[in-house]
Amino acid sequence: MEHTILKLEQIRKSFGGTPVLNGIDLEVEQGEFITLLGSSGCGKTTTLRIIAGLESPDEGRVLLEGKDMTGTEPNERDVNTVFQNYALFPHMNVEANIGYGLKIRKRPKGEIREEVRKMLSLVQLSGYEKRMPSELSGGQRQRVAIARALINRPKLLLLDEPLGALDLQLRRQMQQELKRLQKKLGITFIYITHDQEEALNMSDRIAVMADGRFQQIGTPSQVYDAPKTAYVARFVGSANIVCGTVKSVEGDLVTFQNGDGTGVFHSRGFSFSPGQPVTLAVRGEQALLEQGNREGGLLATVKEKSFSGGMLRIAVEFSEGVEFICSRHGIDSALAPGDKVRVSWEAQNACPVDLEGIS
Amino acid sequence: MKKRKRKGEAWTIVPLYLFTLLFVAGPIIYMVVLSFMTRAQTWGVVPEFTLKNYQDIGEPVYLKTFWESLKLGMLSTVLVTALGYPFGYFMAKLTAKWKKRTMMLLMIPFWTSSLIRLYGWIIIFRTGGVLDSLLSALHITEEPLKLLYTYPAVVVGMVYALLPFMIFSVYSSAEKLDFSLVEAARDLGASPMKAFLTVSLKLTLPGLLSGVVLTFVPSMGLFFIADILGGNKVVLVGNLIQEQLMKAHNWPFAAALSVALLVLTTVVIWLYRKLSGVKELEGLV
Repeated sequence: MEHTILKLEQIRKSFGGTPVLNGIDLEVEQGEFITLLGSSGCGKTTTLRIIAGLESPDEGRVLLEGKDMTGTEPNERDVNTVFQNYALFPHMNVEANIGYGLKIRKRPKGEIREEVRKMLSLVQLSGYEKRMPSELSGGQRQRVAIARALINRPKLLLLDEPLGALDLQLRRQMQQELKRLQKKLGITFIYITHDQEEALNMSDRIAVMADGRFQQIGTPSQVYDAPKTAYVARFVGSANIVCGTVKSVEGDLVTFQNGDGTGVFHSRGFSFSPGQPVTLAVRGEQALLEQGNREGGLLATVKEKSFSGGMLRIAVEFSEGVEFICSRHGIDSALAPGDKVRVSWEAQNACPVDLEGIS
Repeated sequence: MKKRKRKGEAWTIVPLYLFTLLFVAGPIIYMVVLSFMTRAQTWGVVPEFTLKNYQDIGEPVYLKTFWESLKLGMLSTVLVTALGYPFGYFMAKLTAKWKKRTMMLLMIPFWTSSLIRLYGWIIIFRTGGVLDSLLSALHITEEPLKLLYTYPAVVVGMVYALLPFMIFSVYSSAEKLDFSLVEAARDLGASPMKAFLTVSLKLTLPGLLSGVVLTFVPSMGLFFIADILGGNKVVLVGNLIQEQLMKAHNWPFAAALSVALLVLTTVVIWLYRKLSGVKELEGLV
C-alpha cells in the first residue's frame, strides 16, 4: 500500500576533514511527516541539504522513488525546501515569489496567477499578492515561503526549522497549520527541529540525530516511551540516566544494584544476566522520593528544590555524585536540601538503554 | 524642548549645505553663466550674452569629437563591466582571509599617482618595450606591434584606470547578497544561469549601476590618458576642453563644451537607469 519515496543509503559527509554525517540510512514513506530531531551541529541540516541537492555526499546514495538522484542538480529534483531564514526574494512581491517556480518552468501567466491565488488562500494570505516581503510579518513571510515551496507540487517538502524565528504562540498555531496542510495535500514532509515538543506534536515518525548518526527512528511514542539510547532518553524525554549492575533476573523483572541501593526495571524483551552492567532511563515524574528505612530504592541526598511550570523539581544526588531530577505536580514537599531519601520507581517506568551519545 | 532640539539638528546640517553650494553648485552655475558669455579679444571674458559657443559645438569637428568620446566611453564601460563585474562578484564569495588579500592587491596601485602608473604603460606599449620583447621572446610576433599612441592603447589605459571602481562597487553589492536566495532559486527549479539572472544579477544591479556611473562619467573626460597613450591621434571632449581652456584661452567655449558634456552624461545615465529598472532595487539588499 505505502511506498518508499526517499531512501538514503550510507550517506557520509565531512567538511574540511570534520565528519558531519557518519553513514546515514533512512527510508521515508509516501505521505509521511517525518522529523529529524537533534541539537545544533548534529548534521540534520546537512542531511536536508543533501536530499535537496544543495550539498553532495562524500559517500552513499540518495534515492527518490527508487531512482538514484545522488548527482542530480537541485533544480532537477522533485523536492522543494522551506529555508530556515525563509530566503524570500526581496526584489519580488509575494505573487512573484510564490509564482517563481512556475515562471521558471515557463507556464502561462494566467495559470501562474491562478495557482498563486490558490496557494495564498491555502496559507490564508489571500489579497497579499502585491506586498513586498519587507512589508510582511515573520509569520506571514513563513507562509509565503511555504506557499512558494508547495506550488511546484513537490514529491517531498523539506522544512529546515521553519518555525524557529517565530514566537511561542505563533509557533503553536503554525504547527497545527503545517500538520493540516500536510494532511490535506498528502505531500511527504521532512521536518527539521531541535525542539522535542514540536517533534512529538507534529510527526508521524521522529529520527533522533546526534553526532551525524541516527540514534533512533520511530513513532513519537516509541521514541518517548522506549528510547533506545541514553541520548534519546535525555533529549526527547528529559529522562534521568542511571547506571548499575544486574543483580537478579526473575522473568521480565530485573533487579540491579547501584552502590548500596537497588532498583528494578522491566527487561522489555532483552535478556539480562547477573553481573552485567546496565544503563537505565527514568523520567523524573515517574520516580518516587521517600524518606525512612524501607527496603529497596537508590540512596540519595536532596540538593535543591525549585518550582517551574506547575511542577516541583527536586534535584537529588546519588552517593557517587550523579544527579537525578524528580518532578511532580504540586507546590510543596516536606523534603529539604540535605535530607536523605530513597529513589524508586515501578519496573515498567525504567527503560534499559544503550549508553551512547553521552560523554 | 523637542522643537529646540530639532532646530539644533537643522543647524548642524547648514555647513554641509554651504559646502555643497559653494564647491559643487557654485562652480557649475559659474560654468553655465560663463558658457553664455563672449570671449574677449585678447584675454578673458566679456559679459555679453551670446549663443555662439553652443552654435560652435554644432560644427562637424566638435560633434565628431563628442561622438568619439561617447564611443570610447561606452567601449571602456562595457570592457570594465565585463572584467570588473565577475571579479567583484567572485571576490565577494572568497573567504575572509582572501578577501582581505585581494582588497590589498587592489589598493596598492593607489599609493602612487595615477599619472605615474600611466607612464608605466608607455614602457609596456612602446616599440621594443616590455610587451614587444615578451611576445617576440615567446615567438608569437616577429615585428613590433607599435601599440603606443593607438586607439587600443587608450582603451587599455581607460580600462586600467577605471576597473577598480567597478570592482569595488560590485563587490560591496555582492557582499550583501544572501547566498541562500540563490539556493532557494535553484531549489525551486532554476538552472545556475537562470538563478544568476533572476536573483544574483538583479540584486547586485545597484552596485553594477554605480560602477557604470563611476566608469562612464570619468571616461568621457580623462584627457590625460588620451594624451599620454594616444598621442595626438585620439582627441576626446576632455582634451578639447583642456585645449580651449589652457591653449586657446577660450573660456566661454570651454564652458559650453563642459555643459554639453554634463548634459550628455546625465542623459546617458538617465536612460541607463530607466532601462535597467534599477531604481526599485536600490535599498533592498
